[in-house]
Amino acid sequence: MGEMVTGLLMVVGAFFMVVAGLGVLRMPDLFLRMSASAKASTLGAGALLLAVAVHFGDVGVTSRAVATIVFLLLTAPIAAHMLGRAGYFVGVKLVETTVIDELAGQYDLRSHRLRSKELTAVPQETPQPDA
Amino acid sequence: MSVNDLALYGVLPALALAIVLTVIRLLRGPSLPDRVMALDLLTTLGIGVIAVYAIATDQPAFLDVAIATALISFLGTVAFAYYIERTV
Repeated sequence: MGEMVTGLLMVVGAFFMVVAGLGVLRMPDLFLRMSASAKASTLGAGALLLAVAVHFGDVGVTSRAVATIVFLLLTAPIAAHMLGRAGYFVGVKLVETTVIDELAGQYDLRSHRLRSKELTAVPQETPQPDA
Repeated sequence: MSVNDLALYGVLPALALAIVLTVIRLLRGPSLPDRVMALDLLTTLGIGVIAVYAIATDQPAFLDVAIATALISFLGTVAFAYYIERTV
């Protein structure tokens, strides 16, 4: 039973790792590539580390594996966000089929602050009380 | 087929394939953030390789290497991103 769970977790982890590699190679754009790599690789590494925890079934090994998983889950989004932000500042091209770039013009290039868009006043329809 | 054989002959070759795909992106990568992202993915794949190798050889001591690799790769990626942003 434990062996089956270990094998299944390892196969799932390897599958997602290959998906991450394929996405990084085939996606057309830095940001799409990062979307593929950050999520799929975290899931794949998490499954492989869980396989280690199930395989050894020991308190010390399990706690180390869980600590590594938690650390990966905490740090992978931060690293991906910082890298994507740096790429956007450097001026990495978006793919041609991009529909909308809502960040365009919102970054102050001197202070690296993000401004929010000026909201135009939308005329509100006031509900008419029933006469 | 034991779990050790599955790790050695099934999972490690798949991880090697993923590493090859990532290295192609690392060599090609049109911009610097592409290459940094490929390096980050390479270290995560390395963590997976260490975990699978620990299963294949029944040596749980390899997990400590995985923890240290995770720490160092996060610091490296954050430092790269910080200095790439500073170039503008």
